[in-house]
Amino acid sequence: MFNRREVLAAGAAAGAGLMTGCLSHSSRWEYLRESEARTLSVLCDQLIPADDWPSASQAGVLTFIDRQLMGPYRRHRRAYRRGLDEAEKLAASRCGVELARASQAQQLEVAGALERQSPEFFDLVRRHTMQGYYGSPRHGGNKDAVSWRMLGLAEPPLRGRAQYDLAAGAKP
Amino acid sequence: MKSVNAVIVGAGAAGGIVAKELATAGLSVVLLERGPWYTAHDCRKDDLRNQRTTVLGNAFGPDDDGNPRVVVDGKGNARQVLPSEGGYQNNAACVGGGTLSYGAQAWRYMPQDFRMRSTYGAPAGSSLEDWPISYDNLEPFYEKAEYEIGISGDYAATPFKGPRKRDLPMPPLPPNREFGILEPAAKRLGLHPFHLPMARNSVPYNGRGPCMRCRWCCGFACEVDAKNGSQNTVLPVALATGNCELRTECMVTQILTDDSGHARGVSYIDARGNAQEQPADVVVVSACAIESARLLLNSRSRLFPNGIGNRYDQVGRHLQGHHYTGAIGYFDFETYDDVGPGASIAITDYNHGTQGLCGGGMLANEFIRLPIHMTDRLPQGTLQWGSAHKQAMRQWHKRSIVVMGPTQQIPSASARVTVDRTVRDRWGLPVARIDGNVHPHTFDIGEIQAQRAAAWLKEAGAVRIDLMSHRPESVSAGQHQAGTCRMGDDPQSSVVNRYCQMHDVDNLFVIDGSVHVTNGGFNPALTIMAVAYYASDVLVRNWNGTRFRS
Repeated sequence: MFNRREVLAAGAAAGAGLMTGCLSHSSRWEYLRESEARTLSVLCDQLIPADDWPSASQAGVLTFIDRQLMGPYRRHRRAYRRGLDEAEKLAASRCGVELARASQAQQLEVAGALERQSPEFFDLVRRHTMQGYYGSPRHGGNKDAVSWRMLGLAEPPLRGRAQYDLAAGAKP
Repeated sequence: MKSVNAVIVGAGAAGGIVAKELATAGLSVVLLERGPWYTAHDCRKDDLRNQRTTVLGNAFGPDDDGNPRVVVDGKGNARQVLPSEGGYQNNAACVGGGTLSYGAQAWRYMPQDFRMRSTYGAPAGSSLEDWPISYDNLEPFYEKAEYEIGISGDYAATPFKGPRKRDLPMPPLPPNREFGILEPAAKRLGLHPFHLPMARNSVPYNGRGPCMRCRWCCGFACEVDAKNGSQNTVLPVALATGNCELRTECMVTQILTDDSGHARGVSYIDARGNAQEQPADVVVVSACAIESARLLLNSRSRLFPNGIGNRYDQVGRHLQGHHYTGAIGYFDFETYDDVGPGASIAITDYNHGTQGLCGGGMLANEFIRLPIHMTDRLPQGTLQWGSAHKQAMRQWHKRSIVVMGPTQQIPSASARVTVDRTVRDRWGLPVARIDGNVHPHTFDIGEIQAQRAAAWLKEAGAVRIDLMSHRPESVSAGQHQAGTCRMGDDPQSSVVNRYCQMHDVDNLFVIDGSVHVTNGGFNPALTIMAVAYYASDVLVRNWNGTRFRS
C-alpha cells in the first residue's frame, strides 16, 4: 500500500531522471538546490557517520529532510537556506574549497565551527537528521529500516506474541 | 434545527460516556465533535507523527493550520504555538479524544487524593483543596468504568489502594522482560510492585480481541482495536440506541442562553463551514480542560459579560496536569524484549505518607522506547552526534529501563487559561492563552520521586543511572490536563457544584477533567470516566424529575 505522497515522490524521482537531459539546472530534490544538498549531505554525515552501518546520507536522510521542507518543515526553509550558506562560507574561509570537496578532517572541523557559531541551526539539522535516520522509513529516511536493524529490532516487526509469552512464563 | 434533550460538546473520555448514559436512559442526544473519526490506518505506526512524537504533526488532531494557542512563559513572554509544539499542551481533537491514542493506564485515585487539603494543609501560594466528593462516592462508578470500558491488570499485590468491591474484569497481560527485572528488585526494597491497570484487552472482551504486544502503543491508535477508549466502547452503544446523533468536524462556538440566564443550546460551525444552532434542554461541555474553559470564556452575553460561569473569575484557573520525573537505568545485559505496550509494573507505595511532602506519585516502567526517543536519552555526557552517539545508540537501546511517574501536582490559581485578545483560530474564535507556573512544591516532590526511581533501578542492577528531573518554567497540562472548572460547594471559589452542574446555570454541565480539584498522582483517564458516569447518573435522575425546566 502506498500513500499518495509516496506515489508522488516515486513519480517525481522517476521524472527527474528522465528530465536531466533537457533541464541542466534542475535539481534532483524537491526543495533543495543541488549545491545545498551537497553541503547538507556532508553535515548530516558528520552527525551520523558511516561505520559498519550506513551514514545518514546513505540511509536517505537527505530525502527525508528535503521532503519535509515541502511539508511540515516548510517553516524551517529560511533557516536551511541561511544555515547551509553559512556552512559554505565557513568551508571557504577554513578550507578554501566547497565543503563537499574538503578532507574528512576539515569537514568535521567545519561542522564543529558551525555548531559553535550557529547552535540553533546546527541543532535543527541534528534533530532532523536523527528523525530521518531513526524514524519511520515511510518518510524517505531510514532506508530499508536500516537503523532499526542496526539496533537489533525485529524487522519486519513481530506481532501477536501474547501466546508465546504465556508459554514462556515470566522469566526475563 | 430540531431541539433535543441534550447537546454534548466533545466526544472524548467523558463526552462519550455522557452520551451513552443519557441515550440509554431515553434522552435524545446530539454529540458534537470538532475532529473526525480516525482509525489506526490514519496513523500507521508512524514514529514521527503520532500524539506523542509530533515532529511531523499530530496524527489525531488538531492540525497545525489555523489552531494556534498563545503561551506565556515564566518570564511573562507571550508567544504563539502550533498544536504539534510542546508548549501547546495538546491532548487530541477527534472522536475518542485522548482515549483513541493514549497509553491507556487506567488508575483509580486513592482516597487521600480527594482530600488533599485536609490531609496535608495547603502549601503557601497554592490552591490545594479537597474535592466536595469522596473516593467512596466514586467507587461504584470506578467499577462501572472498569467493566464497561474494559480494564486489565491486578492490584492484588499492593496494600496502597482504595477499597474495591470487584476485581478488574481482565487479568494482566503476561509480564514483559522489564517486569521480570524490576519486580524482584522492588520486593527486595520492601515495596509492593504489581501489574498496573490498563484499558487494554488482555483476553477477548467486549467483542474484541486481545493486545498483539506491538511496539507502537502510547500515542498510536491500536491496529487490532485491543485498546479501549470511548470510540470503541460507549460510543457504539450510544449510537445503537437510536437516540444519539454524532456530528463530527463541528466546532462549537458559543453556549447560547435565554433572557433568564438558562442555556438554550449551542451555536457551531459544521464541517462545510456553515453556522448552525442546536437547541437543547441541557448543555454538557466535555471538551477537555483547556478547550472547555475556552468555550465558557468565549460564551459572553449581557448576563454573562466575562463568560458563562465566570462571575467570580474562576473559569480557567488551577490548570494542572502532571509533572513527570524519574530515572533511566543503563544495564550490562539486555532489558528490552520488544514486547509492547512496555509499561507493565508499578508501585503506589510512595503516593502518600512521606513526611514533609504533600503527596507523591505512582512510579512505573515507561512505555516501549522507540529509537527516536532514545536519541536524546543516552547517558549524560554522551556526545549528541557523531560516531560516539551512534555507538551509544547501539550499546544502550536494548539495555536501558526508564522508571518514572506523574507527581501529584500542587495546584495554583495563577496557572490558568484565558482567551487571547488578538489571536483567533480558523473559525474566528479567540484562542486559548495559557499562563502561569507549576507550584514549586510539585518540583520538590518530583525530585524525591526521581531519587526513588533511581534507587529501584540500582537495586535492579543498573550499572549507571541518570535522573530525569527538572524545574520547567511553564504550566503542565497536555494529555493529563485538568482543573480549569473546579468542582466545589462554594460558588465564589468553584465553577460547578458536586454534580458537575454550573453554579450559575442549572441546565449547563461541565463533565471532564476540568472539574478535578486535584489530579492525583496517577494518569487521570479512569477518574475522568468515573466522574462522567457519576455525573450522568445524577443528571438522568434530575431529568426524570424536573427536565431542567424551571
